[in-house]
Amino acid sequence: MEERRYRSASGAPIALRCRQHSASCRELAVRCPRLQLRSLSAVTSAVWLAAYGLFVLSENSMVLSAAIFITLIGLIIYLHFVKIDQESLLVIGSLGIQVTSSYASGKESTTFIEMSQVKDVVINEAIYMQKVIYYLCILLQDPGDPQAVSEVVPLFQSSMPRLDCLIEVYKSCQEILEHRKTVPQSS
Amino acid sequence: MVLKVFFPSCCSSAESGILIGRWISEQNSAVILAVVHFPFIPAQVKQYLSEVQQVTKVNVSVLGSWSNSKQEKEESLSKFLEDLGTIFAHEPWIQISKEGDSKFWNCSTLQKHSNNPKEEEIILVYYDQRKVMLSHLHPPLDTAPSTDHTSDDASKLSAVFDTVARSKVLFMTDRYDDGPIKLTHWQSDGVEASIIVELLKQAAVPACMLLTFLLSLIAGVCRSRVLKVWPLSFLWSKLSTCEQLGHRLQHLQLISSNKKAQTQAQLMRKANIFVSLLIDVALGILLMSWLYRKNRIGHLADALIPVADHVAEELQDLLQWLMGAPAGLKMNRALDQVLGRFFLYHIHLWISYIHLLSPFIEMILWYVGLSACLGLTVALCILSDIIALLTFHIYCFYVYGARLYCLKIYGLSSLWRLFRGKKWNVLRQRVDSCSYDLDQLFIGTLLFTILLFLLPTTALYYLVFTLLRLLVVIVQGLIHLLVDLIDSLPLYSIILRLCRSYRLA
Repeated sequence: MEERRYRSASGAPIALRCRQHSASCRELAVRCPRLQLRSLSAVTSAVWLAAYGLFVLSENSMVLSAAIFITLIGLIIYLHFVKIDQESLLVIGSLGIQVTSSYASGKESTTFIEMSQVKDVVINEAIYMQKVIYYLCILLQDPGDPQAVSEVVPLFQSSMPRLDCLIEVYKSCQEILEHRKTVPQSS
Repeated sequence: MVLKVFFPSCCSSAESGILIGRWISEQNSAVILAVVHFPFIPAQVKQYLSEVQQVTKVNVSVLGSWSNSKQEKEESLSKFLEDLGTIFAHEPWIQISKEGDSKFWNCSTLQKHSNNPKEEEIILVYYDQRKVMLSHLHPPLDTAPSTDHTSDDASKLSAVFDTVARSKVLFMTDRYDDGPIKLTHWQSDGVEASIIVELLKQAAVPACMLLTFLLSLIAGVCRSRVLKVWPLSFLWSKLSTCEQLGHRLQHLQLISSNKKAQTQAQLMRKANIFVSLLIDVALGILLMSWLYRKNRIGHLADALIPVADHVAEELQDLLQWLMGAPAGLKMNRALDQVLGRFFLYHIHLWISYIHLLSPFIEMILWYVGLSACLGLTVALCILSDIIALLTFHIYCFYVYGARLYCLKIYGLSSLWRLFRGKKWNVLRQRVDSCSYDLDQLFIGTLLFTILLFLLPTTALYYLVFTLLRLLVVIVQGLIHLLVDLIDSLPLYSIILRLCRSYRLA
């Protein structure tokens, strides 16, 4: 259970923690860069300066209290719905894959994908404006049609790790996914 | 292959006993439903399980043993539990044990007839029995498996949800029942029920029957021949209130029908309609209580006539403007005067009619306002109908202007074809060339010129009245949009999603 430091696609520091619970169960968690104090103070000061400017123009003190409320409520909404603290992937061979995102306010949202629906876990390339970004994704298949890929679920959307971190995660996942191909499924 | 054991979280503090549940062999997983405690007689256990199997159609059997010893591990108990495996033959025999206050569990299997003696891996999954039972993830049972592939197609976990959901009757016995078998499951401390819900269920049956009877009476009256005479049927079709009332009647009939909802979708539909009706009537009564206080109806009735007068005056000003030189355009004086005077006389007739009705308006409004107790949607529909009735003259003007314009355009297009020497072939539905006589051409060209130069006047009147009609239609459309929103918003599903999201898959 060690923690290794990597960088995200935009250069911020992130950390990958890999836990092996058993031979067929692994948990990989990526911790996203924290909310920077300087960006928070920059946004707050900008909003309050604008509110003060409006106050000077309109002589209405409601503008100032409205600005304070907006800043507080905006911060709460940002922490609860936008800012992701940690994204983790729990791979249990023969049961499924669980993707968890935990937000800064403590909220956790999980998605569970059954093993019969998972075709493969791959690293894809995407060209975004002038950059080439690598991302890890799960390929889903329709159990009735094992050849076609029905859906692509991208992982680690907020932390956006770089290729070196993704390769570690990819190798861990593939070790477990290989077992289900070698062991025959139904008796 | 990996063995998966689904264990209910309510049984983790249960006394020692044997585990009963369902073994899904194609997925190599065991779904444990309850724990049977000592002392028990194996024959009675088997009989009970076969009874449960008959009722629920779930293949319930004894899967293994569970030991929760407060003291140190007792050798005799473990031997006894292994011997139980010989009485209830099940392959593989699952043994789960928990010692004292230790956090760790011990889970092992006994394979008697196995080919490979290799240790297989066991995954223990803890599940919340109540939530799994209530959540609707299991597939509908109507789609019978016709081919072999459907068992592979269905999601593997849905079999687990299905097993727990279908074993409801197993969870109906609690520890206060005097039976030979003592079980532990999520309801074993007392079957969960609420007095209010039970009372409502008892009261619902006669209430539904009464409601069905009343509704059939009302529906019979509505369908009678008296109300279908031509002028009345035309009137009913034009008034949106009648349509809304008919809609709500249908809803009520759906709710109060005797047969239970077959599928989940039908149940949700019934629940949504019921909640929508409740909210509608509640809002309607709220509106009524607000309206009848402080003589607001009187104020409304008093304000209605001046508003109608004001609208009529504005229209008269508009017509005077059109009869002059509107926006700098030069109209044809004669046609202008004719049309303007015609519309002015119409407005005069309408205003006298409204003034004739004015002493009765308050009483009509008072009685009509009482119908708001049927629901806010009915009140809004009545408002929309009142607006339609008050602006009837605008509708008439629109019809006259549109008819005139339509005739003019029709004539113009036909004469334009004549001007170019062509004709419309009705048989072939296309334009053909045609040779006209000289006098036909002469008169046709003359008429064409007249119509062309009268076009701006008619077009302007048409434009103005169409815009006015559009305004009224937009207002009525917004009201109808609100009515449709209240009718069709699935409030029950929304509230269920927010509060008990595990019940909606």
